[in-house]
Amino acid sequence: MAGVAVSTTINGDSVEYLCQPDETLLDVLRDRLGLTGAKEGCGTGDCGACSVILDDRLVCSCLVLGAEAEGRRVETIEGMAHGDQLHPLQQKFLEHAALQCGICTPGFLIAAKDLLAKNPDPTEEEIRFGLAGNLCRCTGYDKIVRAVQDAATVMKGA
Amino acid sequence: MNFDPRFSGRKFTSVGTRPIRPDGVDKVTGRARYGADFNMAGQLVGRVLRSPHAHAKIHKIDTSKAEKLPGVKAVITAADLPDLTDGDAAMYDILDNCMARTKALYDGHAVAAVAAVDARTARQALKLIVVDYEVLPHVTDVDEAMNHHAPLINDAIFTEGLEEKPVKPSNVTKRSQFGHGDVHQGFGHADFIVERSFKTEQTHQGYIEPHACVASVSSDGTADLWVCTQGHFVYRQHCAQLLGMEASKLRVTSSEIGGGFGGKTHVWAEPVALALSRKAGRPVKLVMTRDEVFRASGPTSATSIDVKIGARKDGTITAAEATLRYSCGPYAGSWAEIGAMTAFACYKLDNVKTVGYEVLVNRPKTAAYRAPSAPMAAFAVESAVDELAKEIGMDPVDFRIKNAAQEGTRSSYGPVYGPIGIGPTLEAVKNHPHMKAKLGKNQGRGMACGFWFNFGGQTCTDLNIGMDGSVSLAVGTVDVGGSRASLSLVAAEELGIDYSQVKAIVADTSSLGYNDMTDGSRGTFSSSMATISAARNAIKILRERAAQMWDISVDDVVWEKGHAVARGENHGNLGKLSLKEIAAASGKTGGPIAGHSELVADGAGVSFATHICDIEVDPETGSTRVIRYTVVQDAGKAVHPTYVEGQYQGGAAQGIGWALNEEYIYGKDGRLQNPGFLDYRIPVCSDLPMIDTQILEIPNPNHPYGVRGVGETSIVPPLAAIANAVSNAAGVRMTHIPMSPPRILAAIEAERGG
Repeated sequence: MAGVAVSTTINGDSVEYLCQPDETLLDVLRDRLGLTGAKEGCGTGDCGACSVILDDRLVCSCLVLGAEAEGRRVETIEGMAHGDQLHPLQQKFLEHAALQCGICTPGFLIAAKDLLAKNPDPTEEEIRFGLAGNLCRCTGYDKIVRAVQDAATVMKGA
Repeated sequence: MNFDPRFSGRKFTSVGTRPIRPDGVDKVTGRARYGADFNMAGQLVGRVLRSPHAHAKIHKIDTSKAEKLPGVKAVITAADLPDLTDGDAAMYDILDNCMARTKALYDGHAVAAVAAVDARTARQALKLIVVDYEVLPHVTDVDEAMNHHAPLINDAIFTEGLEEKPVKPSNVTKRSQFGHGDVHQGFGHADFIVERSFKTEQTHQGYIEPHACVASVSSDGTADLWVCTQGHFVYRQHCAQLLGMEASKLRVTSSEIGGGFGGKTHVWAEPVALALSRKAGRPVKLVMTRDEVFRASGPTSATSIDVKIGARKDGTITAAEATLRYSCGPYAGSWAEIGAMTAFACYKLDNVKTVGYEVLVNRPKTAAYRAPSAPMAAFAVESAVDELAKEIGMDPVDFRIKNAAQEGTRSSYGPVYGPIGIGPTLEAVKNHPHMKAKLGKNQGRGMACGFWFNFGGQTCTDLNIGMDGSVSLAVGTVDVGGSRASLSLVAAEELGIDYSQVKAIVADTSSLGYNDMTDGSRGTFSSSMATISAARNAIKILRERAAQMWDISVDDVVWEKGHAVARGENHGNLGKLSLKEIAAASGKTGGPIAGHSELVADGAGVSFATHICDIEVDPETGSTRVIRYTVVQDAGKAVHPTYVEGQYQGGAAQGIGWALNEEYIYGKDGRLQNPGFLDYRIPVCSDLPMIDTQILEIPNPNHPYGVRGVGETSIVPPLAAIANAVSNAAGVRMTHIPMSPPRILAAIEAERGG
């Protein structure tokens, strides 16, 4: 099968790649571009570990084809910090110990970033429903919700 | 130097604080490398062909077409993993589970595997493998499997533990029994007796990271394995044995691990990946799909349990008895035995008897899941305890306090307890504000207790002091939830230096001596003991070096707050030498400074917890909502309290999923019908409230800092606590887990109808 040539923007950088027509964006990110921050927990869009932002929309990259990224903007966990300056969400996840094993963390951070971009002052319930597409098996979500609440406060003040 | 592990009440400086974990930044930036994040030059993609049948003879496997497909570099079957287990039955079962030999024993059982240049070619190759199956009758239910007419899963199994050796083979591999006193007599003294039967369905650990590894076997017979595991030393041992290698020639590196909960203590894909790599002569990456994780790895036992408890009017339990049947999958296990040991461990009983039956079924091989076997036993016992309290007319907390085990109590499984936390957790629950919170319409409150043994085991730790005075701590217990932070705190505490001066890593199998798995809540308990021992050995050398620098006797040098201090009238002018100063001079005083420790961490203190929860039940639909949840648990000493809270909350959340929703659903054909996160639904963020925690610290006398394991006990009480809450809310006793909406609705309707 012939490869598809794709020109896209990932974390602000222009990127070109060849991929197979049936290859997911997640596979392209991980296997072709070496961006392994997005994780494959299920491959069926149920766990959110592969979350990325595609043109301001939160998506499971396992449900998007690599070819669909043509001409669009992709934001992944690797682009979340500015240089060595962590994003407030990243900092608060560390301070609150909102991760144990950490496999779901990149997906949660991306989903939380998207949530706060759309709703800078969410209630606890809005956070819980906003992050309901991401599975965490370690924490019981308590410290994740608190970290997002705390980050929202910090970001409002910024 | 002999290491004294006994508890000494010291004032802590670092232990008990809450710093950011050393592996944190990598994990929030996507840099941390998990099982599937590692790649090697020239690596192939491995895929496994799995049986679609629950039980089938394998007559022939034709791999010729797959082998001819361009891009396929190796195809293997059981013939490529010959039996080298030399009569070791447990290892033979592991081998057979990795690759079916003569029979496929469950839907998802591996029968062949391929390595190809890419995933698509590997998938195509699987389709070209022809397996000639003869489908056999199967059984997936634990009670049905015990029936004499049930299909036999292994005709070489004769029940062990019976008074007379049975003449016929059976699906029951073993009977075990625990207890003391005379239950018959005890029930004779009871004014009230509750007798009930319970069932729990099979659940999966549900770690978000599927099993993943990269195997690379070289032509000189050495090999590397990069893998997500809870125990890389044990994986090395098992893989080496199954592949006929010397252990030292196989180097296993544990990647970051994306959850395990007991499920990553067993090899499945790793020997297969090594065999593929050996045959192909190239590295092979093998990553399970989520479907494979559900069908072929994990799960816990499904159970069927009968409980009988009797008590006097004053609330004293006179006798307690339970029969526990646990499914093991198609291979022998000791799951019911553990259940039988834990069932009544919370209570002080004169007459107690538990009997466990290990039952073979055509389901995946049962694997450990967080305090394995204890939650189901606690569900049955704590439900009956609640019902008995109600019959007597006593408050369920007071009833438990009256019968709680204490220091000196002979436990239901044998040993006599030292200082324990069951009474204190119950007292804390009695006084907790949660117990006074107002309940709304259709809401019920439940509480329950839980017990877990906690383990210690073989542990080896190296503590190396750099020339700049910074400390590298190399441990061999895999960090599943923040233990590198805890162990760095312990090293800092013992050396008297700042946490930021210590960097902990998990060393690979070639860099450190053997370590048991991170299981049994042993990670922080045992590795902190080894870290303290290693630090004390390093301090001895630091004192010697300081003595040398001062030219005085080492007996006149003590270690205080990170410094060597000269003691004695003649040394008043010597002042102090910091760890940093001694390290900087080490090149001239005898070379590098390090402390090592190899020990068996005995004396893991048992752990108890009591949980409270409030549940709302919709009587029209049977759906439930968790309103409030509180965990009270004894930690011995919380080294990093935030991560201890995290263990409490995580265990509670898993228990909530188990209690209310999660279950393996098999069709009549013996196939798993819900092998995905859509249909096997674990709790999501919007399903749960905040989970309140209270840490009690009743020091473990067998650890220098009083530490007990904390990871597992938190999953033991939730099934029962939630069942008690749902039963109170719905007005009907729930006896079947999970309490999914259809089951609750059926129970409510049966009660109404009755």
